[in-house]
Order: sequence, then structure tokens, then C-alpha cells
Amino acid sequence: MELERTAVDIRQCEKTFLDGTKALQLTNLLIEPGEVVALLGPSGCGKTTLLRIIAGLEKSDGDGSVWFGSDNVTRLPVERRGIGMVFQHYALFPQMSVASNIGYGLKIRGVSEQEIKRTVGELVDLVRLNGLEHRKPKELSGGQRQRVALARAIAVRPKVLLLDEPLTALDAKLKESLRDELADLLRRLNITAIHVTHDQHEAMSIADRLVVMLAGKVVQVGTAEDLYRSPKHPFVASFLGRINTLKVIRDSRGQTGVCIGGTWIPCFASVNKDSEVMLRPEDISLSVVDSLDSPTKIAHRVFLGDRVHLRVHTEDAGDLLVDAARDCPFQTGESVKVHVAAEALMSFGDY
Amino acid sequence: MKSNIRQSPILLLLTILVSLFIICPALLSITSGLEENYSKGWKSGFTLRWLRDVWSNYGNTVTASIAIALCCVIGNVLLGVTGAYALARSKSKLSIWFEELLTLPVAVPGLATALALILAYGQVREFRQSFAFVLVGHMIFTLPFMVRTVAASFRRQELIALEEASATLGAGFIERFFSILVPAALPAILSGSLMVFTLSIGEFNLTWMLHTPLTRTLPVGLADSYASMRIEIGSAYTMVFFIVVLPLLWLMQFVASLADKKYGT
Repeated sequence: MELERTAVDIRQCEKTFLDGTKALQLTNLLIEPGEVVALLGPSGCGKTTLLRIIAGLEKSDGDGSVWFGSDNVTRLPVERRGIGMVFQHYALFPQMSVASNIGYGLKIRGVSEQEIKRTVGELVDLVRLNGLEHRKPKELSGGQRQRVALARAIAVRPKVLLLDEPLTALDAKLKESLRDELADLLRRLNITAIHVTHDQHEAMSIADRLVVMLAGKVVQVGTAEDLYRSPKHPFVASFLGRINTLKVIRDSRGQTGVCIGGTWIPCFASVNKDSEVMLRPEDISLSVVDSLDSPTKIAHRVFLGDRVHLRVHTEDAGDLLVDAARDCPFQTGESVKVHVAAEALMSFGDY
Repeated sequence: MKSNIRQSPILLLLTILVSLFIICPALLSITSGLEENYSKGWKSGFTLRWLRDVWSNYGNTVTASIAIALCCVIGNVLLGVTGAYALARSKSKLSIWFEELLTLPVAVPGLATALALILAYGQVREFRQSFAFVLVGHMIFTLPFMVRTVAASFRRQELIALEEASATLGAGFIERFFSILVPAALPAILSGSLMVFTLSIGEFNLTWMLHTPLTRTLPVGLADSYASMRIEIGSAYTMVFFIVVLPLLWLMQFVASLADKKYGT
């Protein structure tokens, strides 16, 4: 199935709800044709509001506008925007069969019976629902419903595909397999897709670019790797993966740095005293210590199969999360020595 | 499913007693309509004479009542369902007031509502003398039951999502309303209809004020027979009421549960 590729441009959009809550601060965002973008953030961060503004289900306040390619669609009602949308709980039409659900949008458009049948057949193959065409939604499993919702949304050949937490209603195991399936399908369709989620793993595995949002604001935009390696905001660092926060101190010579387990690690970036730096758990390595009375000890150990998650107690830096490889030999209560490279410290200027 | 909790015999006895207390008057009322002479009891022998008398004197009230109740259901579906949608999607605070206002005729005695109708439209003779006048009274009284039930259904998050989903697929308002919303709200619409039908069939208060000798309904006829005829005829009338209404109610209940199975989520 070949689909149109459209850029989506969000200009000066903002939203205040009737009760006065500011759901979305002034936002500008350009999504390239064929790009898969994830709007990522905790609940209440404005990601769903932004998606609904793009869909036409909400109106931006003031002069905000939404452009699909060179068309200003701000004033177009939702039914004329040419979008496809997958809802959080799928919103499948309960009285219709799988085939009727998928063909609904085409029927509305007055497409011929024969053409609908052909397209539905093609989509059923694409999302692997063969043999279930005549079932009702309530006779399907969660994963199957999700696929019907997806097929229904792309049946109308939308300019833009919008996905509102498409995997949230599924259990963990299924989520993981459908996540990869969805990522693969979006690449094959080559469609502009905007995907709302609060799950960073989901966003990282599906999207080309992540838009991290907090309290109605876009905090940072970038690829998953960029955001993970060089976050511009402490929230981005803590939301994508686990993180340790350390207080910056000044030594006798006036240099700034942090002290971890008795080792001084200087901060190269210009940071102020009393500010904080962050450190990824996998950037901390452990080694055997000679003296048994070292105050740096393993406080907690969780074996996760491929990784070992440790909590290391230090006297100067508090408890640290440490992510070690599978064969990490240290057990709870054992003394260890902590090593951190100065480059691993992530600092944030004025954000 | 069988429960393991032991049932108390005292509670069972109490339940039976209360049930008997409630059912007895109905049974007595029915049987006395079949007795030759009520004061002498069943020893006087049984007869169908009173039933025949009722049918010849008041038979037309049965058809009138059913016709009015059905028209009332149709009117409620047309006005109530669309009104419920308007109220459910309105963001204005006035809509809450409006919904409260709509419920007022349920709280205000039917006599007062009827009097207001007579004051306002009593001069329009054609209208005043037709069954339409009674129907309007019934509509005013039953509308809140339909509107509230259906509006509550339209307000459900599930239905809002269904409506939005059909909009994203290109459906305009008319298509959304008829192809998605009405089927999704059908269980509520049917249970509202059932309630409206039941209320309309048994409505006496308003109807007693609004009727003319030529526009009588079942309950009005019943009151008339109690007031002016032998008690046996009144009782036979009650029996007619049961015979007419019960199968209709069962039928509607059956249809409603069928729809719930098909369209319920």
C-alpha cells in the first residue's frame, strides 16, 4: 500500500481549557514528510492535547495554525482533514464486523463495494487478521483489536497517521512484540505518523524522533540516542532511562566537582556550586576494594537476567543506582570501590 | 451460580410474607372481577359477564391508551434522543439548568402541569378535544425519563471515542449520529422507551385533567368504572389492564435485552 507523505507543521499552537488549566504552552513543531515522531511525556504533559489539535478534535487558542504540507488545515473539521487515528482503547464500532470496521471510512467516502472489498482484503493481509474478518470486536483479543484499529485508520489513505497511546491497553509481553510490529509496519507504509506515549521504550523503538514534553511544553526534540546521550534538560535525562543525581561541591582550590566514594571527580563544564549533575547507572563501574571497612557497600542487588541492578551506598554521595553486566560478582553487604569517568557526568546550564 | 452462604430460614419466611402482602390485593382484585357477586365471594360462582361489560363499555380506552403510549414513545425517540445529544455535547452551563428544568414536570403534581396546559392551549378547540392534547401531556411528563437515560449514555467516554473515531474516518454529523451513535446508544434508547411506555400507559394524574368524554384512556376509564359501576366491573377492568399491559411489557423487555446483547459493549 503506497501512501502520500505529508509534512505536518504546528505553528504557535496553545490550549487553555474552559476550567482555566493551560494544557499546552505556545508550541512550534515541524514534522518531516514520512517521519515517525513520538510525543513523549508523563500524563498531563499536553501530548494528547497537541495530538488532538493536529487531528482537529481540539482547536488551538488564538492564532495557532496547523499545516499539512502547504495546506492550512486549521479551519477544517476533523472529518475533512484526511487523517487516520488509532485511539487508546481503539474505539472499534461494536456492532460491526472486523471487515465493516476497516471498510467504514471507505464506505463513508462512497467507494464502490468491490473496491472496499479489495482494500479491506489487502489490509487484513497486512495486519495479519486473516480468518477474523467476520468476527465482532468483542470476540477479538487485545492485540487483534489494536490491529483492526490500525487497519481501519490506514484504510482511508490518510495524509497523517495519529496514534494515541496505541499499546497502553495491552499486557507487557504483547506490548513488546506489537511495538516492533508497529515500528516495522510504519516503516513499510512510509507514512507521516505522530505517536503519543508515556512509555519511553515504546517511543524509542517506534519513532525516528522524540518530542519530550513536560507541563504543556516541548522540552527537547531529537533522536532517541541524542536525547539519551546528551539531554539538555534534567527531566529528559531522568525520563529516558534511570539516573543518579549528584550535588556539585567546590574543593579547596575553588574547582567544582563531585565526590563519590572518596574519589574526587572534577566537572569540566561550567557549573555553579549547589547545582546538580547527573550520572547514568551504566557509567559507574565497580571494583574489589582492599580494606574491608570501606564505607562504600552494596545495599541492594537485583538480578534481571541480562543485567544486574545494584544500589550502592556511599558516605559522600548517598545511594547510587549502578547498572552492571550479568556476571557482576558483588553481593549485598560487600564493600566495593566506585569508578566514574569525568566525561560521564551530565551537567545542565540554564535551561 | 450457587453460593455457599447458608440462607437464613427467617429471612426467607419474611420475604414470602412481604411478597404475599403485596401480591394479595392484586390477586383479590382480579378474582373479584370473575365472581358473580363480590360480597358473597367465590361461593356465588364465577362469570365472564363483567369482563364482557368492561369490553363493551370501555374497550375503546384500551386501544386509545396503547396508541397514545406508542405515539409517546415515538415522540420521545424523535425529540428525546436528539435533545439528549444536544445536552450531552453542550459545553454551556445552561444545559445543566435546562436538564433540571426538563425534570420539573415529574416533581410538580400532574394536575398543575395539566392546568397550565389547559390555560395555555385550552382555547384551541380542535387541539383541546383531540387525543393530541392528552399525548402532549404524556410527552411533557415522560420526556425527562428518555432524555436523562439517553444523555447519560451519550456522555460515556466510550461513546465519545466512537463518535470521534467515526469523525476521523470522514463521517459528517448525520452519518456519525445514525451509523455510530444511535446503534451504540440503542440499549439506553430502548430502556428509555420501555420506561416511557410504562409511564404513559399508567398515567392518570395529568390525563384525568386533560381528557374529554371522547378522549379517555385506560386509567381514566378505570377511575370512571370505580366511581360509577359495580365493584366487580372495576375489578374486571383491572384484569383487562393486566392482560393488555403485561404481555406488552414482556415483549419490550425481550426486545431491549436482545438489543443489549447485540449492541452492548
